[in-house]
Amino acid sequence: MIEVSTDWYLTLAAILFSIGFLGMMIRKNALIMFMCIELMLNSVNLTFITASKHFGTIEGQISVFFVLVVAAAEVVVGLAIIVSIFKKQSSASVDLLRTSRG
Amino acid sequence: MLELLLFAVPAGLVILGALIVIFAKNPVHNSMGLVLTLASLAIIYITLNATFVAMVQMLVYAGAVMTLFLFVIMMIGVDKPEQTREEIKGQTLLVSGTLFILIGLVSFIVVNSGFKWDLYFPAVEYSLEGTPDLIAASLFTEWVLPFEIISLLLIVATAAAIALAYDTKVRKPK
Repeated sequence: MIEVSTDWYLTLAAILFSIGFLGMMIRKNALIMFMCIELMLNSVNLTFITASKHFGTIEGQISVFFVLVVAAAEVVVGLAIIVSIFKKQSSASVDLLRTSRG
Repeated sequence: MLELLLFAVPAGLVILGALIVIFAKNPVHNSMGLVLTLASLAIIYITLNATFVAMVQMLVYAGAVMTLFLFVIMMIGVDKPEQTREEIKGQTLLVSGTLFILIGLVSFIVVNSGFKWDLYFPAVEYSLEGTPDLIAASLFTEWVLPFEIISLLLIVATAAAIALAYDTKVRKPK
């Protein structure tokens, strides 16, 4: 009988974070990079909820609630930026972005 | 056995969805992979006694945020091939190779120690169900200030999105 312990959930969160980071590095479409950010945020949420279960407190779930709201706000602003970039250069590739150079 | 099944099946789907997100070529497939990941994570949240968060995850993430993503994908167009020319020679290979080595090292350490992360604090025996009333009781007393600040953030984000997307040239009155 194998018991599912806290370590398993933490390992899953670590794998999910690594996949998100890998995608962030290898993809060039700004939309896909956004989805990879969502993956990483979700892996952090999983860690919070696992800790909430592990310690028997509710604070972890409150934190997840806040992360969710911040992620939603971030998606709204980010997608608006992508749309306005697309209007200018008709591509969502980050390599073509040279207008924000210092 | 049921407990193991309730972890393993959603966990597999989470990883499968995440791999679809980063490797699929069509943006619509990518977003469907993300939906798979988010829905499977909601199942895992339920097994972790976070019922309310699982519900919010389905409504806000898999519902609203993914709709927004699909909306923008349809607006930008799905048939554009991704630009794959490398600005720095071999950057993709370099980055993925480094990450692969790092992940391999970490998993070697984890497997070598027999899946025991040796957490400093032991797990508690009782379990706490994350019901809406329990979360609300904490959110509206102890965490009421962050809650109000979050509402401010949402208003700023909405105003920013309107300001970014508003096309002043087209809408100019005659």
